[in-house]
Amino acid sequence: MRTRAATSIAIALLIAMAAASLLILAYGQSPGHVYAVLLGHTWGDRYGLGQVLFKSTPLIFTGLAVAVAFQAGLFNIGAEGQLLVGGLAMALVGARCGGLPAPLAIGLCLAAGALAGAALGALPGWLRARFGAHEVINTIMLNFIAQALALWLGRRFFFVEQTVHTPAIADCARLPALGLAGSAASVGFALALLAAIAVHGLMRHTRLGFELRALGQSATAAAAGGVAIGRAIVVAMALSGGLAGLVGAGTVLGYKGYYEEGIASGSGFMGIAVALLGRNRPLWIVPAALLFGTLAHGGLAVNALVPKEIVEVIQAIVILAIAASSSDLQRLAAQGQR
Amino acid sequence: MTGPAAIGAGEGGEAAALSLEGVTKRYGALLANDHVALEVAAGQVHAIVGENGAGKSTLLQIVYGTVAADAGRLRVRGRDLDLARHSPATAIAAGLGMVHQHFMLVPTLRVVENVVLGREPRRRGRLDLDAAAAEIAALGERHGLRVDPWRRVEQLTVGEQQRVELIKILWRGAQTLLLDEPTAVLAPTEVGDLFAVLRSLAAAGKSVVLVSHKLDEVTAIADAVTVMRHGRVVARLAAGTSSAEIASAMVGTDAASQLTAAAPGARPATASRQAAAVLAARDLVVPRDGGGRGVDGVSFELRPGEVLGVAGVQGNGQSELALALAGLLPVRSGRVLLDGIDVTAAPTGERLARGLGQVPEDRLLRGLVPAFDLAENALLGRQPEFTARGLLARGRIARHAAELIAASDVRPPDPSLPAASLSGGNQQKLVVGRELSRPGLRALVCAEPTRGVDVAAAAGIHRRLRQAADSGVALLIISTDLAELRRLADRIAVMYRGRFAAVLEAAQASDRALGQWMTGATA
Amino acid sequence: MELLGLAFALQVLRISVPYALAAMGGTLSERSGVVNLALEGMLLGGAFSATVGSFYGGAAAGVVAGAFGGLLVAALYAWVVLRFGADQIVAGVAINLLALGATRYLLKLIFDSASSSPSVPGFDGAGWAGLFIALTALCVVAIHGWLMLTPGGLRLRAVGDQPAAAHSLGVDVLAVRWRAVLAAGVLAGLGGAWLALDNHGFVDRMSGGRGYIAIAAMIFGRWQPLTATAACLLFGLADALQLNLQTTTTLLPREWVQMLPYVLTMVALVGVAGRSRPPAALGTPFGR
Repeated sequence: MRTRAATSIAIALLIAMAAASLLILAYGQSPGHVYAVLLGHTWGDRYGLGQVLFKSTPLIFTGLAVAVAFQAGLFNIGAEGQLLVGGLAMALVGARCGGLPAPLAIGLCLAAGALAGAALGALPGWLRARFGAHEVINTIMLNFIAQALALWLGRRFFFVEQTVHTPAIADCARLPALGLAGSAASVGFALALLAAIAVHGLMRHTRLGFELRALGQSATAAAAGGVAIGRAIVVAMALSGGLAGLVGAGTVLGYKGYYEEGIASGSGFMGIAVALLGRNRPLWIVPAALLFGTLAHGGLAVNALVPKEIVEVIQAIVILAIAASSSDLQRLAAQGQR
Repeated sequence: MTGPAAIGAGEGGEAAALSLEGVTKRYGALLANDHVALEVAAGQVHAIVGENGAGKSTLLQIVYGTVAADAGRLRVRGRDLDLARHSPATAIAAGLGMVHQHFMLVPTLRVVENVVLGREPRRRGRLDLDAAAAEIAALGERHGLRVDPWRRVEQLTVGEQQRVELIKILWRGAQTLLLDEPTAVLAPTEVGDLFAVLRSLAAAGKSVVLVSHKLDEVTAIADAVTVMRHGRVVARLAAGTSSAEIASAMVGTDAASQLTAAAPGARPATASRQAAAVLAARDLVVPRDGGGRGVDGVSFELRPGEVLGVAGVQGNGQSELALALAGLLPVRSGRVLLDGIDVTAAPTGERLARGLGQVPEDRLLRGLVPAFDLAENALLGRQPEFTARGLLARGRIARHAAELIAASDVRPPDPSLPAASLSGGNQQKLVVGRELSRPGLRALVCAEPTRGVDVAAAAGIHRRLRQAADSGVALLIISTDLAELRRLADRIAVMYRGRFAAVLEAAQASDRALGQWMTGATA
Repeated sequence: MELLGLAFALQVLRISVPYALAAMGGTLSERSGVVNLALEGMLLGGAFSATVGSFYGGAAAGVVAGAFGGLLVAALYAWVVLRFGADQIVAGVAINLLALGATRYLLKLIFDSASSSPSVPGFDGAGWAGLFIALTALCVVAIHGWLMLTPGGLRLRAVGDQPAAAHSLGVDVLAVRWRAVLAAGVLAGLGGAWLALDNHGFVDRMSGGRGYIAIAAMIFGRWQPLTATAACLLFGLADALQLNLQTTTTLLPREWVQMLPYVLTMVALVGVAGRSRPPAALGTPFGR
């Protein structure tokens, strides 16, 4: 199984690269040259590396969010909205933390972000558990609702006059930069790594993780095994939302220092890609996020040669190719069990 | 009975309605069909019998084109059909029709829509259902298949749905009808109706091939019987063969003698009838999926070491009873008591913690997580025992899994294999072993403990269940296998339409008496 | 007062056209058992190809090109989902990301712009718009009739509910689903064409979540063409109100009006779960 998974990922990446080469050729550039520039400006210098880590940070969180839900058999398409309310909550708490010791201030901010995201994740979980309403549609709807709600809250109560951002957070709540040639990378990346390890431990080594995985593989068997299904669904979605709510650690606490309309947008949907590429395994999500982070920053670096949008096309093709090559087997296996 | 005469006609000048040669189908290591040959004459009711897993259903599905054969020849009324390109469409065109064990109906559509699907009559591009409805009524009149063409299928009873299936294939002009376990879902009275219909069809010159493992039914209806075991045809018998002869062909003489030797009649009563009840139900009423009552006022008391068997035709509320006792179905009224404590509203986890064990009816649905490995499945339902401050105790879990696998003789004995890769018998051994090894086990609700399990594994499971009872565990065993119940139980309750129609001492429970209660005849 | 005027009603209709077309596509696709989150991408693909078509060949060519663009996106989606059994939700989201990236890339390649195309011939005057609206209405009625009254419609409904039953009667399940998804592409592509031609050009992210709104309307309308269209009109009304409130009143924050369709859909979904059901085989791949 493991080699199969690796093969399907390799094939997906090859297909994506072939497609990218075509798009580059169509624009009259040499793929080899573009790839060389892309690599040089990402992993080739300290600033580029820092930007890659910065771009990867939200993706690790959202990838973990999607993966946790998926392991429990649930689809969280709502990371986009959850990271938004999480970021806003972080910024609001951060702005009121002046005078606190840094670890406490940062801890409070992170907790606020996680809680806000968790609340927004728990709601569709509860609707699913209580009414059987499908979480996919509800999380999508909540993305739009969260967007409008955050905008309204910001405009009505929080944004600095004539802007679409909140006041700056206190200095003590800021996450220190990693010091990579003035790049935006911060300790937030380290927090994302910690989160990946924590989620791995949770899923493999705790009773809760075992029960969530059992739920994901067979809800009926989990119920017979004494797992309180409704509660587990809510917990899984809350956990997922909480992880997405931490995205602001990199963007709000580590970089901007405030919440801004449109911050980290897109990383919620990209989290689905990251989770898929990382096969929903917490530790594999880190390299998957780094790859997508590399593409995201690399796209900017080669924008002078070819449209950076090529990167978006590649990312989408990666998802499609993996989805196409992996689920075939899983589905057949699942059908065979009936 | 047209028996031997019909067989003779098939071999004579007239072409057989259906003939198979060398049909082979392999699933991985399992040879589901091994060079199967079969010949069915026109106007004949031909039964294929065999134990679960003998390859009967696979064979039927190959004939109908829903499963692709690896090799073999198929002739229908003298015409060769290419098995490599066989599909339901070519089967229908050749005059074959199939009633699947799980009905192939679209519940949201009307009867007439289900019937015409795939072969819709049209008038100026639009569906013309009125004509089809009239034809359905006519067919129903001719063969005793009465059903309202305009009702939605989801509103019909199971028996009516089966009639729709028959109408569906007759309306398509099928000459040969393939029926997979047609009586499994029917109430006894409905079985009689079905057989009358099949007789009427045979009399009209159609052939019927039916798969079954219920011998009494087979002897009642079939003109010819083909017996399958382990994917091979082991006997061809004419009408009038006794159930006992068919049975010995089905299980093989060695296994049959083993079975008879292992059946000591009633168990010596070890239960102390004075002790307080461990598991009890009082006037339990459980709703049925899709309306009505699955369990309609059941009461019982089980004392330590006591074994209560529950017999009955499938679908008389046994499943709902087991699920409700385990806390997996909400109870409408009545109470469930575990060691005298009311657990009616308690979640499953709490019941397990109080010493309830359960062997579910469908191990792949509720007993195991098929994708989990054996160690994780050994943990399932017992995770609280192996948790310290939220963390799983890996070392203890590994030891527990190894012990369980050894004690239950699960093969192959590798805790890192996914449960899905095991045979049904080994999966069941793991589930039974896991439940019986619960610390503080007080009562076990055990449904169909040996369904789809090979003879040797079944004997092992029976032995372990009896040991558990001897050590004081109260057992509730739900089974459609009367021999199994008589072998294990002290008393046998017969469930009919959601109630215990009778509770008999196992020693006095003859097949005849049980059968009468099961069919509601004595009610 | 002007809210009740004819102009306002026309505005509601104009807004509802792409919703209705996409929702019809979604209904066909989902009734056949294929989840269709990719409507958003089909709208976007349709809008872009309509712009290109109109740029080179005028508005009529634009409409045809729009349908074709939607068809192309749908074909890719159907291929991945039906041929390879890819997860329909994941593939849908990916198709939407792909459409977003691809239209931006092509915008640069063809029009050398990062955000919008040059102005192209579009729907000038009431004639074009009226015709398109009338055709949309006709389309809704035709799809409803087809679904309920024809053999093809019967097969589509059967395939979405019990594909195994349909297959056992010789119905080619995958072929039915292919056609349904491709039809969804054409319909959503036409919806995209309307967006682009009504606006006289393409703008980056022009679909703006309308595909998701269409899905919401379809669910709100319980997978029935007529009620789904009614839901589209309701959501169109909410949009039109929001646009007008912006200029006239501060009684209700416009963000709240913006949320309305989504909140309503969630409420409907909770209600639906108990009463009406989605097609039983929705999202389940079919293979032998």
